[in-house]
Amino acid sequence: MAGLQWELPTELCCRPMAFVALTGLDVVYNAVHRAIWDVFSANRRADRVPISFKILPGDHEYPKCRTKRTSYEWYIPKGILKTSWMNKHLNEVPALVVVFYELDWDDSQWKEKQSECATKVEIVRSSLQSRNTKVAVVLIQKKTPLPPGEDLVASERAAAICHACDLSGKSLFVLPHTDHLVGYIIRLENAFYEHAQTYYYNEIRRVKSHKEFLNKTTHQLLFVRHQFKIAFFSELKQDTQNALKHYRSAYSLVHELRAHESNMLEIKTLAGFLNYKVCRLCFQHNTPLDAIAQFRKHIDLCKKKIGSAELAFEHAAWMAKQFQCFGELFDDAIKMGLPPIQTQNPGFYYQQAAYYSQERKRLALQLSQVGPMHSSSDPLSGGLDYYGQRPWRQGHQSIDPPDLDKEKKGIVALQLQERDIPHSELIITLLSNAVAQFKKYKCPRMKSNLMVQMGEEYYHAQDYAKALKLLDYVMCDYRTERWCGIQTAILSTALHCAYLMASVKDYIVFSMELLGRASTLKKEQKLRIEHNFIQVLKNKTPDAEPQCDHVSAQAAQSLWNECMASAGSNEFIIDVQDYIPFIQCKAKFRSPSFHVDEVVRLQVFVRADCPHPVSFTKLAVTLNNPEYNQRCVLESSSQECKSLVPGKTKCYNFSFVAKTKDVGKKVEMTGMEVMLGSATGRSVILRWRGAGGDAATSHDFLPPSNKSFWPDQEEDLDWDCISILQSTMILSRVPKIHVDLSHQPPALTNEMYCISCTVQSLEEGVAKDVKLTAGLKPGQDANLTQTTRVTLDNSKACDDSTPSLLPDVLLGDLKAGKKLDRCVYVSSLTTGPRLLLFHIAYSIDVIVDGQQIECKCQKDVSIAIETFVPFEVSANFLSTKFEPLEQVTTDLPFLMLTEIRSSSPWPLLLASASLQNIGVTNARHHKFQLQDVVLRKDECASECFCLRSPPPADNNNTMATGQYVISWRRHSSSPASPLISTTVTLPHVFLEPLPFYIHADIPPFGRVRESLPVCFHIENRTAVVQDVQIAIEPSESFMFSGLKQVHLRILPGSKQQMLYNYYPLLAGYQMLPQLRISVARCTTNACNLRRFLPHRIFVKPRSKEVDNDSIAAA
Amino acid sequence: MAVCIAVIAKENYPLYIRSVSPQNELKFHYTVHTSLDVVEEKISAVGKSLGDQREFYLGLLYPTEDYKVYGYVTNSKVKFVIVVDSANTSLRDNEIRSMFRKLHNSFTDVMCNPFHTPGSPIQSKAFDEIVSGMMSQSA
Repeated sequence: MAGLQWELPTELCCRPMAFVALTGLDVVYNAVHRAIWDVFSANRRADRVPISFKILPGDHEYPKCRTKRTSYEWYIPKGILKTSWMNKHLNEVPALVVVFYELDWDDSQWKEKQSECATKVEIVRSSLQSRNTKVAVVLIQKKTPLPPGEDLVASERAAAICHACDLSGKSLFVLPHTDHLVGYIIRLENAFYEHAQTYYYNEIRRVKSHKEFLNKTTHQLLFVRHQFKIAFFSELKQDTQNALKHYRSAYSLVHELRAHESNMLEIKTLAGFLNYKVCRLCFQHNTPLDAIAQFRKHIDLCKKKIGSAELAFEHAAWMAKQFQCFGELFDDAIKMGLPPIQTQNPGFYYQQAAYYSQERKRLALQLSQVGPMHSSSDPLSGGLDYYGQRPWRQGHQSIDPPDLDKEKKGIVALQLQERDIPHSELIITLLSNAVAQFKKYKCPRMKSNLMVQMGEEYYHAQDYAKALKLLDYVMCDYRTERWCGIQTAILSTALHCAYLMASVKDYIVFSMELLGRASTLKKEQKLRIEHNFIQVLKNKTPDAEPQCDHVSAQAAQSLWNECMASAGSNEFIIDVQDYIPFIQCKAKFRSPSFHVDEVVRLQVFVRADCPHPVSFTKLAVTLNNPEYNQRCVLESSSQECKSLVPGKTKCYNFSFVAKTKDVGKKVEMTGMEVMLGSATGRSVILRWRGAGGDAATSHDFLPPSNKSFWPDQEEDLDWDCISILQSTMILSRVPKIHVDLSHQPPALTNEMYCISCTVQSLEEGVAKDVKLTAGLKPGQDANLTQTTRVTLDNSKACDDSTPSLLPDVLLGDLKAGKKLDRCVYVSSLTTGPRLLLFHIAYSIDVIVDGQQIECKCQKDVSIAIETFVPFEVSANFLSTKFEPLEQVTTDLPFLMLTEIRSSSPWPLLLASASLQNIGVTNARHHKFQLQDVVLRKDECASECFCLRSPPPADNNNTMATGQYVISWRRHSSSPASPLISTTVTLPHVFLEPLPFYIHADIPPFGRVRESLPVCFHIENRTAVVQDVQIAIEPSESFMFSGLKQVHLRILPGSKQQMLYNYYPLLAGYQMLPQLRISVARCTTNACNLRRFLPHRIFVKPRSKEVDNDSIAAA
Repeated sequence: MAVCIAVIAKENYPLYIRSVSPQNELKFHYTVHTSLDVVEEKISAVGKSLGDQREFYLGLLYPTEDYKVYGYVTNSKVKFVIVVDSANTSLRDNEIRSMFRKLHNSFTDVMCNPFHTPGSPIQSKAFDEIVSGMMSQSA
């Protein structure tokens, strides 16, 4: 009963459902009955009517109804509500008793069975004596019934059986045991439900009818009771709206009762019940605000009703229960789909319940002086008739207790009982419920707060391990939020736990943090803790914490002694970044980078915040390269350098020489260690990650120059100004050489562009293994890599295999003050800018801090060069008459005129030029005209070639004319330097096929009146016979002889000759007589043929001698 | 009137906490600290709706059995929390508002002090007096 004393009765908390008793079913031996019962009882989901069925034997004895009171006049009620009442109506007094009986309409022994059934009904009726419970009969039949009205026998016999059993027609049912059992039974259920509703409706009316007999003076309790009963019956009737109404009025009636010490418990119990019902129904009706308002009202009304002072704990327990129940109701409602909010969630109620439980515990602890009971009879024994009454004076309603002695004993018994209650357990359960809720509703701080309370409760329950675990968990939340006051309080509790458990490591950690700057403890407390801490370091037992009771302190003492005796490890490593210990440590490199030939220096600052000076035994810095670690350890024996004065910052310097292999890498501090205590006693190693800083300094929102926000006021500003520099870069040694590059920009396409690189040493020693890497700077356009070639050798031209970057060209050693020269040739295939890189690397031995190290030095020089085209080449096609040609006629000679125009700022020497791979035949193998020509900027060099197109090959209309190869170099470059040949592809020519060709053999000039023989050759180049008509037009300047008009037929591939004798009449340039040719088959070409013929001729005047001759001839 | 007044920094650490009863100091620390849950929730809810026309006063954060906790947040996310005894029903919302406004004004004065380091605990006589005034009215 102990913990359960305040539980609400289950019959109150369940959902009331109409109670229907089934009799006459033999579920053990009869399979049909079993099946029927299974359908009734199984799968009672929400869609089925709310009935609770129970199988009872036919002769079951129902609770007897007390004789009805005719008058209330002399009746004085003994209490508000009987403990048995709810259960009676839920589980004992049915609303309806159903008698099952197997009987078919056409049963052979109808008469006998009918009377047997009637007897059974009679038995049930008699045991329900004076109850209003209804009786119904269900006939289990094997046959499917006919539709109503068709089976005359059935209706007749139904009427008969109703009469025999004294039933109304509505109370007789038939259950055919066929395939559709479930459907029939569901219909039956609904009918039962209606009967039950009627029953409860009548019950409500019955209770209501009592009201007129009551008077307000003596029957106040009955007012409450009746309202409760009406409400409960309404609930059974599933009329929750009315139920709520009556519960509410019962609730207000309860508070109207005269309250005094002796009935306070009864009033509160009933108020609690009613409040529970009201809230439950409000949640059910989806009006949570009403529920909350009701609950608040309830709490406000009852908060002050403490009752007897000796039993104040009861009130606290009751309050706790109220909150807990409401929390559970709320939680259930949320599970049913109620949306909760942050500020209104079940957590608050659980929390409040926990608060009252704590209160209860506090009150219970005050009772500890109560002595044990000597009485033989337990005043608490015996069940209760009425809710909320005292077992030793049941049914008593007067203000003063009837028996003072009994009353006293009773109270003592209750107090004794209270002492045995595991309060902490109850509180922790409630708190953990609340924690779960707050976690759900985004209240992390509330959660932390409750977890602290849980931890404290565990501490009170002496479960120190669990307490520590919880406290440890929340501590870091408070630490990161920087609530020092709370943090300190938690730490103090945790320190108590650690002390009582003799957990050395925890004790050390908590002490250190309590001594640290985030602690708000007073100085004397800090002194005490520091004293204990030093004791622990000396492997001694610390003094007991104050407020520890004597017994547990002694237990702790022996634990500590055991701890000392055991040969466990006495070295404790504490990772500081999770705490705020009383020693602070920061480190920094003196510079963000060091050259490898410098000494790397770093500083470590240490400072203590504790009240007394402390000294440490070792200070070490670990770096990411462990080779340096031994140089960064302070283990000297001198005491003074390692003692820390509170509030003063001490600085320790370390230095080391970086290894050459760390060049280009970061040297980083990975951690720091400060050892307290000694190897003989206990030693504590505080380990900082990185370059110092603990849980408090790692707040990145803290401006570095800010004054400390921690309450410790004696800080000097210096400490916060120290900034951490965790890593430093090791750089290579600065090279002492001078690199000079000389060249003549811009570069020209394809040329071997010479860059002369001069390296001069400014070193004092010998620079060894000087290496040059030259070429295109990596990281530029990928195409540049393809089109840039770098070589050291200018004697031969670059080809595709020449790289764009020459790596590590060994130049040998370079003595101090000496120079090295090297020419690098760069050939760029395309124009545009390029970045070239010259990288000189060497190694040299230097002495740093007494150590000889070999340093690698390097120097980069990069230059940008621009590449231009040296000259432009163009080519034109001309006819033999120097007319520009668009097309070249097949198999006829033509001219090609090339032009080279220099665009180079530097004079160019054209060594030679030639045609290569010409597709057209060189008409005559002639000499190239360009040889050793020097071109300045914008000067041109031209060349003319006479070419003949080959006979028409395929259907090709165009034809490559070949390439023009020009060999050249800069005029200024040495004669030894190779010539560059630039190849220019000449343009294509369009070919024109010629079916006819005509040409004239004609002397270069004529003379007046001297005959001028002209021969025309007509050639048929087609594969067919051609008809040609030739006519010669008359001309003023000439007389001529020959065929004036002729019709010819020319065979394929053959020629025809036409001979004419011209006789010039006038001197000077004269138009020749025009030949008109028309070809029958292809007229289009006829006029074109004329262009092959000369148009004019120069006619000289007659010479004297000739004249004479002619005279002589005449 | 008020039983505890607290100023909380943007990063949720206390800049100032004073309560009427020093022996219950820790309890008030917890009360104020837990109220930050609601403050944060309210601030984030405000951020979602209208940005500019923000109300500083957050109203009643949550009622406990014994106390009512009110909140107020400045533009720089500094929070003021006033804890009032639940039994004190005479206090109206408007009065709480005016208390917060007074507190805010005084806080602004503290911030204007060139010798005050922002982010450090408030140590100002004027501010102390304002707070004391608000707490003593209950007597």
